[in-house]
Amino acid sequence: MALKDITLGQYFPGNSPVHRLDPRTKLIAVMLYIVALFLCSFVVTYALMFAVLCLCIAVSRVPAKSIVRGMKPVVFIVIFTAVLNLFYTPGQQVIFRLWVFQVTMEGVYSAFFMVIRILMLISGTFLLTYTTSPILLTDGLEDLMNPLKKLRVPVHELAMMMSIALRFIPTLIEETDKIMSAQRARGADFESGGLARRAKALVPLLVPLFISAFRRADELAVAMECRCYHGGEGRTRLRQLKYRPADYFTIAAALIITVAVGIMGRMGL
Amino acid sequence: MEPIIETKGLTHIYSAGTPFQRAALSDVDFSAYPGEYLGVIGHTGSGKSTLIQHLNGLLKPTSGQVLFQGTDIWSDPKTTRRTRFQVGLVFQYPEYQLFEETVYKDISFGPKNMGLDEGEVDRRVRQAAYFAGLRDDQLEKSPFELSGGQKRRVAIAGVIAMEPKVLILDEPTAGLDPAGAEEILSNIREYHQARGATVILVSHSMEEMARTADRLVVVNDGTIPFRGTPREVFQHGDRLEEMGLGVPQMTRVFHRLRALGAAVDPSVYTVRQAAEAILKAKGVR
Repeated sequence: MALKDITLGQYFPGNSPVHRLDPRTKLIAVMLYIVALFLCSFVVTYALMFAVLCLCIAVSRVPAKSIVRGMKPVVFIVIFTAVLNLFYTPGQQVIFRLWVFQVTMEGVYSAFFMVIRILMLISGTFLLTYTTSPILLTDGLEDLMNPLKKLRVPVHELAMMMSIALRFIPTLIEETDKIMSAQRARGADFESGGLARRAKALVPLLVPLFISAFRRADELAVAMECRCYHGGEGRTRLRQLKYRPADYFTIAAALIITVAVGIMGRMGL
Repeated sequence: MEPIIETKGLTHIYSAGTPFQRAALSDVDFSAYPGEYLGVIGHTGSGKSTLIQHLNGLLKPTSGQVLFQGTDIWSDPKTTRRTRFQVGLVFQYPEYQLFEETVYKDISFGPKNMGLDEGEVDRRVRQAAYFAGLRDDQLEKSPFELSGGQKRRVAIAGVIAMEPKVLILDEPTAGLDPAGAEEILSNIREYHQARGATVILVSHSMEEMARTADRLVVVNDGTIPFRGTPREVFQHGDRLEEMGLGVPQMTRVFHRLRALGAAVDPSVYTVRQAAEAILKAKGVR
């Protein structure tokens, strides 16, 4: 069914150099990558970032096909952004006018680069979730946010909530599928009718889904307490995170690229 | 006799065209006859749940046909939707699909979707509640106040209220205590006798099946290796055990006796049949 095809943020097991990097390294690198993308201004900088992205994908051995497939849910946003940019960018070189709309050369450029920026943004972050298991990802986040503990931010609890949420996404998708089938067997119709009717048709799906989510949460809380979970205080880890030479190299490379793109972007390249 | 529902060369492949593709059913010919009490047995992952979801059009065959009273249920969308009302399917752990404020409203969800008038809906809800063993004063309660076993009765009543010609129940007794399980089974039997509807019961428990079903269909690895009366199926006791399906205790004893060289009929599954088989072997009768 359609629900099962959602690949958003799915982990793609593997053993490439990218998979083996420390999750913190990957998080930092992705953040720098995003910053660099917003510093890009013209063909040269975008081409450089595109080359970096391609290199990373090639090294990670994640099939390019699955990255492309992951883009499907955002196609609408991309088209929407492109259209907005196309018509609402003011500029001198007007290509054509239609009623109140006008398309300018600047608009074409800005729409084009905006689309590329969004697509590269998404593929970059996808590469992170494709090559890092959710557990490692939250471990890395928790560690990176550790300094915030001094400001009394419940870092461990936040990370735990996030990993539990990630863990339950597939479970809930499966559950949704099951409940949908069960209600369809009683004649529920999720596909036809207007917006109001469709929204109403969701009640028989959402009520049982929420109830089962709460039930699961309850059961999980009891199970965790049975195993003496009491927050992050004094808790040790099975997997200790440790930076290796490859990590230092990656962070250094990411920094250099970001700075370079920043300078080149300033020069309008 | 014409089968009320049958599949011809039914094949279903999950996630076709991806690396995860997996055949759940391959070339299955299944049939159920009007008014029979049919047992479908198979262990977890054998394809039995996939099979029954085809019978009322929840899953579309990758290839092959599903015929209800001789018509292909996928011939047009209206037929598919009509088949969903004619072939009632009670899922595993059906109590997790309850959503209405009262038991009454939840049971009436199916009949209302059929577009019946209020009087008819009311009649069906009350009758279904009776068959499922619910008391009248429980109808106005919230389904979430009830116990697990009672919730399941509400869910079963919700399907019975559509008065389907074929009622399919997937593991209706899973997770219930023996007394509760026996009660639900006897409610289903009572419904079967009173309405003359076809009942298809899915289970992995041979004991349960042997006691209730007229005919058994064994599903294994997406195919149907055996079908027939319980005695015909239990003839293959050792093959069934290889598939991970426990045969009834009596059958196992007799298969062992036969392996030891006794000339007894290995297809027995009740104590009475066992006694008869021993007397026969001894030449008393």
